[in-house]
Amino acid sequence: MTTTRRARLLEAPLSVDACVEAVKHAGAGGICVFIGCVRDHTLKDTSAGPQSTVAVVKLDYEAYAEMAEKVIDGIVHDAEARWPGVRGFVQHRSGTLTIGDLAVVIACSAPHRAEAFAACRHVIERLKEDAPIWKREHGEDGVTWVGLGP
Amino acid sequence: MVTLLYFAAAREKAGISSERLELPAGATVGALLEVVRARHPALAEVLPRCRIAVDQAFTGADATVPDGAEVALIPPVAGG
Repeated sequence: MTTTRRARLLEAPLSVDACVEAVKHAGAGGICVFIGCVRDHTLKDTSAGPQSTVAVVKLDYEAYAEMAEKVIDGIVHDAEARWPGVRGFVQHRSGTLTIGDLAVVIACSAPHRAEAFAACRHVIERLKEDAPIWKREHGEDGVTWVGLGP
Repeated sequence: MVTLLYFAAAREKAGISSERLELPAGATVGALLEVVRARHPALAEVLPRCRIAVDQAFTGADATVPDGAEVALIPPVAGG
């Protein structure tokens, strides 16, 4: 038995339109889209100051692709079970990205907006916790794996 | 025989992205990690921060590693 896969890891630029198309249907009255982009700065991980930032030039995304798709697919199916009527789809990049590039696109449709927003929020938060994807920042402070600490 | 996968910081520290290891039958994830620690001293700092996936599902240290399994070291993730 096959079920529709709700997640794609891509080495090419992401498509917001493709994600929206994947969740559009006659009963969907609202579609919520979250787009994560590469930012030009990151918080400095030191005691120097709580809000001091360093410039970021580019990011390398590395993924355990098969597992990442499986994990994100599971998260989307979980959201669809929690909020009846929701349909979700996710694209996530791997490879080298520069400022402004799309890193992740999440689209969730639902009969009404509240469920679409809630499901979309759920998917991005859980994805950030569990999807086996890593990013290496190239900044003015050198090259660091995000989340690993000093 | 199991296949070990190293990603991100773990891959850089180990200096390899994968290797195959022979394990005694019934070995646990914890026992496998001891083998990994001994083989790759450079992983000492990263290893305690890694989660472990067996056949692409997160698992605990007490779980048994089946023969032929694909075991991945998952350093702190940063997707999105």
